[in-house]
Amino acid sequence: MNLFLLLLAGIFVNNYVLSQFLGICPFLGVSKKIETAAGMGIAVIFVIVLASAASWAVYHLLLVPLKMEYLYNIAFILVIASLVQFVEMFLKKSMPALYQALGVFLPLITTNCAVLGVAVVNMQKDYSLIESVVNGFGGACGFALAIVLFAGIRERIAENDIPKAFQGYPLALITAGLMSIAFLGFSGLIQV
Amino acid sequence: MNWMNILYPVLGLGGLGLLFGGCLGFAGKIFRVEEDPKEAEILSTLPGANCGGCGYPGCAGCAAAIAKGDAPVNACPVGGAPVAEKIAAILGVSAEEGEAVTAFVHCSGTCEKANQSYDYCGISDCEMAVQLAGKGPKSCSFGCLGMGSCVKACPFGAIHIENGIAKVDSSLCRACGKCVAVCPKHLITLVPVSKKVRVGCSSLKSGKEVLSVCKAGCIGCGICEKTCPFDAIHVVDHLAVIDYTKCKNCGLCANKCPKGVLTGKKPLPKKEPAPETDTPA
Repeated sequence: MNLFLLLLAGIFVNNYVLSQFLGICPFLGVSKKIETAAGMGIAVIFVIVLASAASWAVYHLLLVPLKMEYLYNIAFILVIASLVQFVEMFLKKSMPALYQALGVFLPLITTNCAVLGVAVVNMQKDYSLIESVVNGFGGACGFALAIVLFAGIRERIAENDIPKAFQGYPLALITAGLMSIAFLGFSGLIQV
Repeated sequence: MNWMNILYPVLGLGGLGLLFGGCLGFAGKIFRVEEDPKEAEILSTLPGANCGGCGYPGCAGCAAAIAKGDAPVNACPVGGAPVAEKIAAILGVSAEEGEAVTAFVHCSGTCEKANQSYDYCGISDCEMAVQLAGKGPKSCSFGCLGMGSCVKACPFGAIHIENGIAKVDSSLCRACGKCVAVCPKHLITLVPVSKKVRVGCSSLKSGKEVLSVCKAGCIGCGICEKTCPFDAIHVVDHLAVIDYTKCKNCGLCANKCPKGVLTGKKPLPKKEPAPETDTPA
């Protein structure tokens, strides 16, 4: 597998938010401002890349030898939750502003199904460690790209006179749907 | 060896959990952030409703700002004076008297004083009426429509429609700001309770235009500006605006106002009595 193709596929073709509909909660929740959206995107990139590597290690070095592959969900959740805790501590210490801006959504990365989704896809497709990390990085970049683009659109929409029935989440969901259709244009570009 | 099938997963996952827990505990020591112990104490005194009335994201944000000194001890509008006193005790500062505020409707155009351009027979709601021609039936496009959107919004029953305009009962008002947000004409603001002089008009039109639609409108004559010994009141865009940091509550401007727009008149012995006294609290 060409690693570059894997990266591109993760960002565009198999975009976790817009093509596979994973991680919708932070996608809608933290996309009101570009800065916080970018912060969230970076936090997710950080967590997914680490989680890809850690979950690969846990799966191949612990679960497979002990013949308990069926426990992968619990093990991956454990890995992701610990990582998110770590990232939270790290941000609180080193980037308090970003920590404040992300607020409750930082702990919610734990339940961001895109993170678990990447780990599970890595396992199902039997990727090597390098491939897992590249796939994770690509997928996370795709998430960051989607959420930043979405935040940009929402910032512009917010300036307008919107009918009351569409204000807030209704219009956000319609926008997300249109973006998803747009990203459908990438499908078939790369076969992974 | 059936029990091995249980033992291995338990040991494996349990060990993994312990390992991660240990790592996190270690990381927690490295990345320790010294939190102000006062912050937690302040947080426990705050009402904990996370209403955002203070302007910070929730009570925790407010507590952090108070502990840092960014916000005054009375930053919480819901807790009011009792909470401010407790917080002041925690911080060890003297409980400076919190500037209590109350909502005030900046319009005095009652039924007999303000003209109506047409009769409105629709839903009794300001949000609806304001979408019609001239921003509602009232001739003055800035005036209170008296349909009671603020009355419905007030959770404390402090607002009533009296004589066609909304009036706030300051003894019931908790200054939550819900009416401020709901008024489509933006007539309601929070003003200090202690300052009795308030501008009962919001019209930015010139004096002539105001006169043609309302007998109780600010015409921007500037008499108050000249009267004020403290430079606290100014006419901006044909409307008197009071700077409450300078206002000394003397009431001189209110006594001189030819339209009776300013509240808080003080009966001065040497002056002749003012022609009209309307004092919406």
